[in-house]
Amino acid sequence: MDRAIGVVLRVGVMAAASVVLGGGVWYLARFGMLVPNYRAFHGEPEGLRSVAGIWKGVVAMQPRSVIQLGLLLLIATPIARVALSVFAFAAQRDRTYVAITLVVLAILIGSLTGVVAPPR
Amino acid sequence: MITPVLTLLFGVDIRYAIGATLVSVIATSSGAASAYVTEGFSNIRIGMFLEIATTLGAITGALLAAKIPTSAIGVIFGLVLICSAFFSSGPKPETRENASTDALAERLKLNSSYPTAHGWQPYRVQRVKTGFGAMFGAGALSGLLGIGSGALKVLAMDHAMRIPFKVSTSTSNFMIGVTAAASAGVYLNRGYIDPVLAMPVMLGVSAGSLWGARHLAGTKTRVLRIVFAVVVGVLGLEMIYGGLSGKI
Repeated sequence: MDRAIGVVLRVGVMAAASVVLGGGVWYLARFGMLVPNYRAFHGEPEGLRSVAGIWKGVVAMQPRSVIQLGLLLLIATPIARVALSVFAFAAQRDRTYVAITLVVLAILIGSLTGVVAPPR
Repeated sequence: MITPVLTLLFGVDIRYAIGATLVSVIATSSGAASAYVTEGFSNIRIGMFLEIATTLGAITGALLAAKIPTSAIGVIFGLVLICSAFFSSGPKPETRENASTDALAERLKLNSSYPTAHGWQPYRVQRVKTGFGAMFGAGALSGLLGIGSGALKVLAMDHAMRIPFKVSTSTSNFMIGVTAAASAGVYLNRGYIDPVLAMPVMLGVSAGSLWGARHLAGTKTRVLRIVFAVVVGVLGLEMIYGGLSGKI
């Protein structure tokens, strides 16, 4: 099980990095001449703030959305690890830890899906 | 470390810098944890139980970050940097023999053993409630500043819970990614994570952590740590100055 978790972590980071790299090269090829300005904070547009919005952007072939998808994969990697641990504890018939792990998983999913802080 | 460089050197708004750094924290932790998870040092039960505290703390911190002025975040950041410079240059405390035990640790099956040169060494976890509370604080700081706050997690596990150093460092590393993922969700929904800024940070850090986890295990770190402590201390002072003078 430990080995499976190790593989999930490594594959997750590599997959996320590949998608970010792909989206990044594509973005730079198209908009590389633009000089971004991060001195003032405006917040990201709606489409880059939620899982659904990012997916829509990817389907619409927006390079920024592809990079954001890679970052989303990265955020999902530790979440996948927690989900795997639920099964690991279930296989050991350890009910207490299945419950504890499910609580952690619920907090993580609640945060990512915007239940905790809805996109404004 | 990345946030102060982005804000001080490149003049990036601290909120964008925190968003980009948080993502890279997940990459570091996951990349490194993939190598450490099979070594037998990390205690998955301790990690998972304490993650309830760190994730709740992280979300609280991330929600607070939207309410606090950026200059205050800059000052808090500076203070945390100076503290961590102080701790990382100091000697590491030795692990002690633990006789008594905590009833809660017993019930949650937190006591375990870890491999040493002389075989498996059992350990008993103390003061679980104190540790749990400290972890909420570590999570909040991580969520507020977008840092891993691994040092604080180790401190809580080492001093309050009396967990052996090797176990607490690898367990904390395993917790950092989950803690950061909890606040990253809030930051994403708030629009703090900019893909074009996060891209180079994330790519550099992922490559470094996947490579470093395999190759840096045996390097001598004494000099590195001193240099690191000095750099972090200076960055901390700069952050406080930036915050107080209203530049951040």
